[in-house]
Amino acid sequence: MLSFTSQRLLVAFSVALTVSIVAFVLLHLSGDLATAIAGPEATVAQVAEIRHQFGLDRPITAQYFDWLWHALHFDFGNSFYYRDTVVSLVVSRLPVTLTLGAISLALSLVVAVPLGVLAAVYSDTIIDRLALGFCVLGQAVPTFCLGLVLIIVFAVQLRWLPVSGTASWKNYILPSIALGWYAVPAVMRLSRNGMLEVLSSDYIRTARAKGLQPSVVILKHALRNAIIPVVALAAVQFGFMLGGSIVIEAVFNMQGLGYLAWEAIARNDFPVVQAVVLILAVIYVALTFLADVANAFLDPRIRLA
Amino acid sequence: MPLLEVENLVVDLPVSSGTLHAVNGISFNLERGETLAIVGESGSGKSMTSLAVMNLLPKRANRRANRLVFDGIDLANAPNARMRTLRGSRLAMIFQEPMTSLNPSYTIGNQLTEALRCHRSVPIASARDRAVQLLEKVGIPGAARRLGQYPHQLSGGLRQRVMIAMALMCGPDLIIADEPTTALDVTIQAQILHLLADLKREFGMAMILISHDLGVVARVADKVAVMYAGQVVESGAARSLFGTPRHPYTRGLLNCIPVPGRTTPGAPLGAIPGQLPSLIGPQRGCAFRERCAFAAPECAGDIAFITAEPGHDVRCVRLGALGMAA
Repeated sequence: MLSFTSQRLLVAFSVALTVSIVAFVLLHLSGDLATAIAGPEATVAQVAEIRHQFGLDRPITAQYFDWLWHALHFDFGNSFYYRDTVVSLVVSRLPVTLTLGAISLALSLVVAVPLGVLAAVYSDTIIDRLALGFCVLGQAVPTFCLGLVLIIVFAVQLRWLPVSGTASWKNYILPSIALGWYAVPAVMRLSRNGMLEVLSSDYIRTARAKGLQPSVVILKHALRNAIIPVVALAAVQFGFMLGGSIVIEAVFNMQGLGYLAWEAIARNDFPVVQAVVLILAVIYVALTFLADVANAFLDPRIRLA
Repeated sequence: MPLLEVENLVVDLPVSSGTLHAVNGISFNLERGETLAIVGESGSGKSMTSLAVMNLLPKRANRRANRLVFDGIDLANAPNARMRTLRGSRLAMIFQEPMTSLNPSYTIGNQLTEALRCHRSVPIASARDRAVQLLEKVGIPGAARRLGQYPHQLSGGLRQRVMIAMALMCGPDLIIADEPTTALDVTIQAQILHLLADLKREFGMAMILISHDLGVVARVADKVAVMYAGQVVESGAARSLFGTPRHPYTRGLLNCIPVPGRTTPGAPLGAIPGQLPSLIGPQRGCAFRERCAFAAPECAGDIAFITAEPGHDVRCVRLGALGMAA
């Protein structure tokens, strides 16, 4: 278990390092940063002045290591737009996005896993068909579209929930549904297929031959094994949600990390863009690592190998 | 009263091209403490028969029987809840695939004690004591330590021993062993078989041993039923059936086994030409007639059992012509 964990940790670390290089280089490939910062009316001399001031005239490797060194010390410089450090901006916005992502993930798992299990247990019946239909609907409706429909129905027409903002927990309900919706089809399908495969396995027949209750057979013997790939998928989906929350935060006007990234891209606020990309990527890598560890915990064949 | 009475058991499976008649009206009785071997090649319906008794058939299968009675309990019409109280408790089963029949996510101890704790509300400590005792009985060294191990840490032979111990946990009256030795090394096969025979005697259980291996069967069975294409073609006491096999199929099967001292060295072994007929669609007449060297036109008609000796029945209309009738 220890060697498994350290091995995974090493992989996670290498991936994070690679992502930091990609994030840094991509931004530099997207155009001349000095021109973009200086603005359209700047003279050649002013652009040169800015290039020197921001250290953009140095070799790119030097710039990268400098940026990485500071990033490792949680110093991403100052925002060009806000008169504030990038770190304090991110720290103030991150909780909104993480809360939204966590609630969305929880919602989608609570809906998708039982639905997948039901569809597998009652495979080829009307329950299975309905679950599959629900899935297709989930895949066909884009997140922002669902968000707008939810706002119109529950906030504008029925007036049950607030339209936008982050003032209370009620503000999180509609965006979480809209964001979580996106993960439901994939998680449901994987749960259903996993359960179908496990339910036809020999050890399920053994469990039935013991005279165990159907609930014990399904929840103890089948779900425990079928859920293993779902854990990995959930981690990936959580990463997607953090990225996808850019749209939802814009629709619901929530001051989260996604909204910050959206603003920063629109305003050529490069230090913020770089920081957000790196932070989301590191969170993603950390989630994948946690999923691996969770899988090892669930599957003794990994844990004791 | 026999422990298990099966009369005219039928198992049908709907398939895309019609109905597959997996078990086609078979009957047998089993007394307490007796071992019945059901022999036949793959696809003859022997596993389906055992699953039908346990009510563990695939969801789409249809099961019918004139009588399917276990110790006075009508299994044919027993509700699922009633079947559950019997399965694992009074009716136990050992499967063919020890490598995949144990749940990879739970310890041996957990899976052993589970059935006992489900059927009888015994405290966990005494369930574990019973598990250790049975693991020792089936010849697993370091039994107490094994309880904390997972299936993937055990060899195939050990896993099959665990499966046997698991089936014994509640002290069943009938144990159905479906090809218990097929997946194991030849050296382990004999050990497992002797173990089953000893345990059966010690615990006074009845056993149905499903096998395609006549050599295996001859050593442990009291009674033998030979199945072919969903039907029993010959059944009787092991001594009588192996002493004087009468049905052309049974004789063909026995010819396939080399016997030291009797089989001429270097001579080709017997083989039955052809293959199993399709079980899809209506079935009539002797299913073996297309592969049978003695087939005659009347083999396509309805065929009744002929009692060759008391307790030894043969489903063949040509017995008289073959000089095999009593």
